[in-house]
Amino acid sequence: MKRSLIGRLWPNATAVVLFVVFAFPVYWMFATAFKPTGDIIAEDPVFFPTDATLEHFKEAVNADHFWTLVGNSVTVTVVSVLLSLVIALLASFALARMRFKGRRGFILTFMIAQMAPWEVMVIAIYMIVRDADLLNSLVSLTFFYMVMVLPFTILTLRGYVAAVPKELEESAMVDGCTRTQAFTKVIFPLLAPGLMATSLFGFITAWNEFPMVLILNKNAEAQTLPLWLSSFQTTFGDDWGATMAAASLFAVPILILFVFLQRKAVSGLVSGAVKG
Amino acid sequence: MSVQTERADTVPAAGVRKSDASPPGDGAHRTRRRGGASAPYLLLLPALAATAVLLGWPLVKNGMLSFQNLNPRQLILHLTEWNGIDNYQEVLTGSDFWKVVGRSVVFTAANVALIMVLGTLVGLLLARLGRRMRVTLMLGLVLAWAMPVIAATTVYQWLFASRFGVVNWLLDKLGWHSMAEYNWLGTQFSTFSVVTLLIVWQSIPFVAINLYAATTTIPKELYEAASLDGADAWKSFASVTFPFLRPFLWATTFLEIIWVFKAFPQIFAMNEGGPNRLTETLPIYAFVEGVGNQHYGMGAAISFLTILVLLALTAYYLRTVLKQEEDEL
Repeated sequence: MKRSLIGRLWPNATAVVLFVVFAFPVYWMFATAFKPTGDIIAEDPVFFPTDATLEHFKEAVNADHFWTLVGNSVTVTVVSVLLSLVIALLASFALARMRFKGRRGFILTFMIAQMAPWEVMVIAIYMIVRDADLLNSLVSLTFFYMVMVLPFTILTLRGYVAAVPKELEESAMVDGCTRTQAFTKVIFPLLAPGLMATSLFGFITAWNEFPMVLILNKNAEAQTLPLWLSSFQTTFGDDWGATMAAASLFAVPILILFVFLQRKAVSGLVSGAVKG
Repeated sequence: MSVQTERADTVPAAGVRKSDASPPGDGAHRTRRRGGASAPYLLLLPALAATAVLLGWPLVKNGMLSFQNLNPRQLILHLTEWNGIDNYQEVLTGSDFWKVVGRSVVFTAANVALIMVLGTLVGLLLARLGRRMRVTLMLGLVLAWAMPVIAATTVYQWLFASRFGVVNWLLDKLGWHSMAEYNWLGTQFSTFSVVTLLIVWQSIPFVAINLYAATTTIPKELYEAASLDGADAWKSFASVTFPFLRPFLWATTFLEIIWVFKAFPQIFAMNEGGPNRLTETLPIYAFVEGVGNQHYGMGAAISFLTILVLLALTAYYLRTVLKQEEDEL
């Protein structure tokens, strides 16, 4: 009796400790952002802010170019992820469903492409973009981000496509659909969770990208939020209230997106990874 | 139905299928369709073209730059000065490069080991918890997972700030008074500790939540059968849970190796590879040498070598995947 009580207690106790460990940094970011400066530099940290202030957020929002950069980040992220989804969907269908010469070679190509250390190729990329006269533009960023997330998108979507039973497609074709129709009417709706999962990771990657925009877009108005956040911190130094407000503004869109899409993302990822 | 028959004859007839362009049986209505043979290539074309232009070209360009003497002067004046293998010679004979390689490998190994072990344990814990507790823990995990890297790095700098940082305050309260104003970014080991904590904290949720989701797909009958055979908790884990999760764990380890090895913003935004360049891993080293110190040709050579190291680290996995693909479809 006693044993089973302990047996039931320790997982729950561990879970509580883990919850605190994982959630605390996020909580601390928001808490600091809303705290008056006096509370931030108190000798004993104020864990539950009582008088919240929006002062730090005002400071962050009024920083140079903030809204332009928000627009840039959103545009680059959304366009690059949508483009990569369309391209990846075509490719993943071929890789999951068709038998053809060189199939393994293609899969290996994308696996290796997934490992591409973009950070270390920035010099070459800088020269290519410069020669194409596209420095300080969002176009080059968008295309590079698209290819950055493409291999992961293809390989994961391929798992989702493979997880859809072949019979569904075949019976649709027996019923008179062409292969394209079978795909758009039967397979595509079933892929919705997969598309969400993969786009989620694409969003995070593109939203976060930092070294490339650092090199390619020196012009302040052509930059994106990660640069703003890192330079914000340099400019504002030890003003942790403003810095945490800036970090919160940067993190919130992804946090919201993630909490909404997470469940679908996970179920899909698993069906993709655990096959065979 | 056709899946059944196909699966059944795939294994023994694999050799035949490989040499035969139009497989018999299920391929019947497939070959009847127009353009069947070129369809996969057309579907792959946009992906391949985009990858070739936007990834392949920079790779080739990078390879070419690595054989050039390229510094700010040459860059601004658009000069091309070939210098053969000088860059490689300089990098490979210097002691810095090998130190960084060793450091990168140890750093990657330590992080991936922590992530996989702790992530698996948290995942198994999720499977044991009641519904309410599980949702609570999941929420914590998802929050950590969803934090954008740059934001997370900034928050960790604040948590570990030497003055007013909550970690130092806590250590001081716990009786570790020498830590009251400790500068975490002052030594190699402590900087790496903070970076490791950050990376492990952000990576565990991916492993744990997906692993938990995978355990929910294990058929209950397997456990019943195991308990009929008199298996205890550990045995049923070893004989049912683990074999079922193996493909997942395998694929995840591979992904984590790549992600950790390439970790850039965490280290760079934390302390730019400092103090004294002691926390530069290969990607940071290539960036600092190439971009920061404006030795562009050298940087290109280092980045090429970085790619080789990454390939070496993942070669074994790539090989198994290739073998596995042979049996699939």
